[in-house]
Amino acid sequence: MRIALPVNDKDIKSEICPSFGRTPYFLIYDTAEKSSVFLDNLAAQSAGGAGIKAAQMLVDQSVKVIIAPRYGENAAKVLIDGDIKVYKNIVGTAEENIKAYEKNQLDILADIHPGFHNHGNK
Amino acid sequence: MGTNKKIAVLSGKGGTGKTLVSVNLATAEANSYYVDCDVEEPNGHLYFNPQICEEKAVSVLIPKVNHELCTGCKECVNFCKFNALAFGEKVILFKEICHSCGGCALVCSVKAITETEKMVGIVNIGVSDQVKTVGGMMNTGEASGIPIIKNILEYIKDKSGYVFIDCPPGSACIVMESIKDADYCILVAEPTIFGAHNLAMVYELVRLFDKPCGVVLNKCTDGHNPSEEFCKEKSIEILVKIPFDMELGELNSNGKIAVRENYKNKELFYSLLTKVKEAVE
Repeated sequence: MRIALPVNDKDIKSEICPSFGRTPYFLIYDTAEKSSVFLDNLAAQSAGGAGIKAAQMLVDQSVKVIIAPRYGENAAKVLIDGDIKVYKNIVGTAEENIKAYEKNQLDILADIHPGFHNHGNK
Repeated sequence: MGTNKKIAVLSGKGGTGKTLVSVNLATAEANSYYVDCDVEEPNGHLYFNPQICEEKAVSVLIPKVNHELCTGCKECVNFCKFNALAFGEKVILFKEICHSCGGCALVCSVKAITETEKMVGIVNIGVSDQVKTVGGMMNTGEASGIPIIKNILEYIKDKSGYVFIDCPPGSACIVMESIKDADYCILVAEPTIFGAHNLAMVYELVRLFDKPCGVVLNKCTDGHNPSEEFCKEKSIEILVKIPFDMELGELNSNGKIAVRENYKNKELFYSLLTKVKEAVE
């Protein structure tokens, strides 16, 4: 199964990026093969709808689990339709988060923020 | 083009005095239209309290997906530069992000996408004494006010007289749309470094559109005026200097039009009107 994490650097020991849609990279970890690849987040350059595009990219990558600090309501619609579960990260590196996930220590991220689109007025 | 003369009033930031200048010019002129293109936050009506004679809805086209026909090729998703479409198990449309370009319907090879109307706002036409008013109001959360501005300017096209266009602040697409057909642009600027910076941005815009322009320096004090320096440096005509004046500020904040009141400096607006009329005749 493939897990995605928004990360600041192309390094398994990278910190988790606080932004989902505009993270510079996604770390994709394959639990079966125990391998990881880094994807440039092309959505980060979007004028708008970055969360949607980032979510689409992860759907297309056949990701089934995301570990992130938060995500917006537009991204949520795409992730739900793509049957992807989102878990809340813990303090620490991407590697530590993957280990925590594999030990069932992470909680489902249920609170979806309304997004910073429309300047937070929505 | 009709027989009218369109004068656009714009500024790089909000609160510089676009509406102050536009409502006073429209009132000083005997045969005028006041057009509020700031459809996101219109406020000209607060001064004019127009009697509304006509109100019409403005719609745009957005995609409608027939999920039965969709093959899941994602051509439409990849095409949309605004990221208004996504695909998980079916096509998901984000209506408020859609810019109504119609591209998704064109690229769909199985014709699963058709277009349907969505109301994005209204245009209202009214009258306040001798001033005819045209304004619009965009629905909250819409991507763009441009369809409403287009509708407003289409209405005004064949009208005669002087048309004063109160533009939205800034120098983005909605401002470009508002000044596109203008015969003259009035740039309103504040006497601060920030004001001069924003003046430089709108000046660049009107130069790009090759529009004749002049500057109104608003809120002038005895102190140093970076906007005035910018005008001198670029040899831009200063049409009028409006002083920083409590009386004018108070009239304005109470929704009063200075030239309709007994305001001591109302000659400023008449002299501005004369200069602008000379420039467009």
